[in-house]
Amino acid sequence: MTTRLSATFAASLLLATAGSLAPANADSLANFEALTEGARGQTVFFHAWSGDPTINAYIEWAGDQVSERYGITVEHVRVTDTADVVGIVLAETAAGRDSGGTVDLVWINGENFIALKDAELLYAPDGDGWADRLPNWELVDVEGNPSLTTDFTVPVEGLQAPWGTVQFSFYFDSDRIDETPSNPDELLTWATANPGRFTYPQPPNFLGSTFLKLLLAYTVDDRERLGAPLPADEAEAALEPLFTYLDELHPHLWRSGRTFPANQAALRQLFADGEIEIGFANNPAEASGAVAREEFPAATRSFVFDDGMIANSHFVAIPSNANAPEAALVFANFLMSAEAQLAKQDPAVWGDFTVLDVAALDVDVREAFGSLDLGVATLTPEELGPAIAEPHTSWLEAIEIRWAARYQGG
Amino acid sequence: MPDPHRTVPDRVRTLPGWLRLAPAFTIALLILPVAAGLIAALLPAFGYFPPLGGMGPSLDPLRDVFSAPGIGKSIFLAGSVGLVSSAIALGLTFILLACVWDTPCLLAVRRLVAPLLSVPHAAAAVGLAFLIAPSGFLFRLVSPGLTGWDRPPDLLIVNDEWGLAMIAGLVAKEMPFLLLMALAALPALDGSRRRMVMASLGYGRGTGFFVAVAPQLYRLIRLPVFAVIAYASSVADVAIVLGPTTPAPLPVRILEWSSDPDLSTRFMAAAAALVQIVITLAVLGLWMLGERVAGWVWLKVTTSGLRSGGGGPMRAAGLVLGLAPMLAIALGLLLLLLWSVAGPWRFPDSFPTSLSLRSWMQMGSDAMELTITSLIVAIVPTLVAGVLIIACLEVEQRTGRTGGSRSLLVLYLPLLVPQVTFLFGLQFLAIVGRTDGMIMSVMMAHLVFILPYMFLSLADPYRRFDKRMLQVAAGLGMGFWRQLFQIRLPMMIGPILTALAIGIAVSIGQYLPTLLIGAGRVPTLTTEAVALSAGGDRRALAVAATLQALLPFVAFWIALAVPSFLARHRRGMQVR
Repeated sequence: MTTRLSATFAASLLLATAGSLAPANADSLANFEALTEGARGQTVFFHAWSGDPTINAYIEWAGDQVSERYGITVEHVRVTDTADVVGIVLAETAAGRDSGGTVDLVWINGENFIALKDAELLYAPDGDGWADRLPNWELVDVEGNPSLTTDFTVPVEGLQAPWGTVQFSFYFDSDRIDETPSNPDELLTWATANPGRFTYPQPPNFLGSTFLKLLLAYTVDDRERLGAPLPADEAEAALEPLFTYLDELHPHLWRSGRTFPANQAALRQLFADGEIEIGFANNPAEASGAVAREEFPAATRSFVFDDGMIANSHFVAIPSNANAPEAALVFANFLMSAEAQLAKQDPAVWGDFTVLDVAALDVDVREAFGSLDLGVATLTPEELGPAIAEPHTSWLEAIEIRWAARYQGG
Repeated sequence: MPDPHRTVPDRVRTLPGWLRLAPAFTIALLILPVAAGLIAALLPAFGYFPPLGGMGPSLDPLRDVFSAPGIGKSIFLAGSVGLVSSAIALGLTFILLACVWDTPCLLAVRRLVAPLLSVPHAAAAVGLAFLIAPSGFLFRLVSPGLTGWDRPPDLLIVNDEWGLAMIAGLVAKEMPFLLLMALAALPALDGSRRRMVMASLGYGRGTGFFVAVAPQLYRLIRLPVFAVIAYASSVADVAIVLGPTTPAPLPVRILEWSSDPDLSTRFMAAAAALVQIVITLAVLGLWMLGERVAGWVWLKVTTSGLRSGGGGPMRAAGLVLGLAPMLAIALGLLLLLLWSVAGPWRFPDSFPTSLSLRSWMQMGSDAMELTITSLIVAIVPTLVAGVLIIACLEVEQRTGRTGGSRSLLVLYLPLLVPQVTFLFGLQFLAIVGRTDGMIMSVMMAHLVFILPYMFLSLADPYRRFDKRMLQVAAGLGMGFWRQLFQIRLPMMIGPILTALAIGIAVSIGQYLPTLLIGAGRVPTLTTEAVALSAGGDRRALAVAATLQALLPFVAFWIALAVPSFLARHRRGMQVR
């Protein structure tokens, strides 16, 4: 037993097999029915963040649907950090595995998408994007929501399919706070009056960085600038108002800004424990979900700043070395369907906003969307107010470097 | 009886020839993956990683690491937390043993140790954090009644910048391990007789322990202590929960760099992993220096004739001091268990306002499947490791060759080299060999981590075994295998089961190897637990941690109960 075990291991470790499967043929994107038929029997390993049981349940439901209809099996691979998935794809291609990879589909957006795109590790049949060639693409709200085609200012080019859209919003306990801040200055005033009751996840954490980007949008001299790269020689001056603000805010933060929560999970925990009184999330439905699970006080409500909040979309992408790209395409197409999107927006299921142009959908679907009860702590799309697009990544990079040097030096 | 005229001793002759390959085989099994993993992981440290355009060799990654903000303090924290927590854990272990040595209390301590060992580090850290945080249980007990607080005070207790909370967490989690090792080694020192001699010389219990037992005991558990130091100086999961953040200790930053969307930081992660090895080695070096100083102090004190100082109040204080960290962890875990069924539970409520099984239900559907996978992944390598270790020890005993300190170092390699450093390399190799995502590879990776711990726990009892039993057996005409299976193994059922339980506990606790080598396709209770806890609901984490602790707990319970049951009619074999 022992000998056999280790012999197998040693052999497989040391002798890299050179063979590789034939590259997936996706010329058939033009003929989606044939592609769907060809995908029958394939298994999609879907790598997706799995910190929320309700999201996991939704993915299971979606998997069951494509299994029934198209004979495709979806395996949800539990992920704690999407960057790890990028690492897997990277390691696989580094090891020469250009096909037959372990990741077929990944839930992704922003920086991780850009990382894969820059490294040319995204599936591109005939050298081109695929999402805009899927049948359900015509339902997508391309006109109304620019973040579906431009992810963190980088053109998506059909290399990932939109799955949902979110907008940053704050949550608070309405039993404790009567009047919520409507801009960063009022937030500073509130924090000064309530020392130790506000904080944000430590950058480069995704949620913490998004908070900084929000402040940036309010402190920068001209919001239009954020869509363009930040020239290195202008960075100091352009970011000066932001850091002046942070310098003022930090002494009034939780633990006087001497430590920060690690991530979204830690921030939530602080709010649930009553350590902080204002928290925030990218997903506007997060607070309602936490209330439903009795994690947050029943009086938890949401608010936004008056002049808009950062909005972005999240997507599913197929790595270039995916083992079952055809089945991944079929599943991605299903995720964009009106049926799947409607189920997803139901707060009892997940509460994630749709990427579809609801107004253009069939009347019964439209009505179904309209009649969804979003939950006590979720603002309606109208209440969420104007969306602020993600700034060009160079801005965040410049902020993160300065943040670390200023507040993390110890 | 052996024939004195025979040139080849009897004991060698009876050893099957192929069995003598066991040590070499085991060493190869350990050294190959670790060395290969290390090399694959360290090439990027010098700028070589073609897929990201790194053609090296270059010192830029190291330069980048050393110019990262707060890096000096990160390095200092990794070293200082490792050193201080290990020293305190060892000190408290000895103080506790000095108090309960050769008393019935020892059994109680032994009983406390096993369940604490079975708890994953991260869960223990979360439990402790909830106990001591300003919004935690202790503050809730006295609020608002004594304090007047209806909201948690803004005090920097957890995540303090010098890592005191982290040190406390590590001390509490390392003590059970050190105690287990010490308890396994203690019988070899024949405590009762030593105590009688010391008492007749006028030494109190406590002082007697430090004079007559501690030095030899330390020698026996020195390697486990080294393993603790190496672990504590390179631990990431405890640091994430309890450690400082501005800046964080180096292991946390390595993890951050290796999962940064900006792929160029992977070179920094590799370089920092190299720095991490140097830190761990430096801490071990410092420790060995400390050993000399401690030895000198010990000599001065013991030859000064001091005999008292182990009286009642001192002993009580020692007990409190020694038990406090473990009781804190135990309490933290009970609270976590309560969290898993808690409805709303907000500050300053001392207890949940209602109970609910909701969080358990969410786990429900997959729990069975996950438990089975976890068990398979734990039991197979544990059994393999058990067979290998017994083979090695048998060869060692029969040939009289112990393999020396060098082979011991090999054994400890997987514990001494920071996990994050070589796992990424190992993952890479598994991908090259197309063995990633296979349950076999995951078991193989677990074996690498299980082997050292099991060897640690089994080696001393095995070596202590009274060989006269075997000589009698040989005299009665028993061959090698019958001696092994009818005499030695049955008599050693206690230590063997304990070692197997440790193997299972270590396997269940493996998160990174399971995830990386399993490519996410071998889901276990642990990977599920960590994935769910990423959402931040303490209840989900509590459920997962409970499930995770349950299997090792059962294993430890069996390891304690079965030998007692088997030995119920044999006084000399009873567990003491």
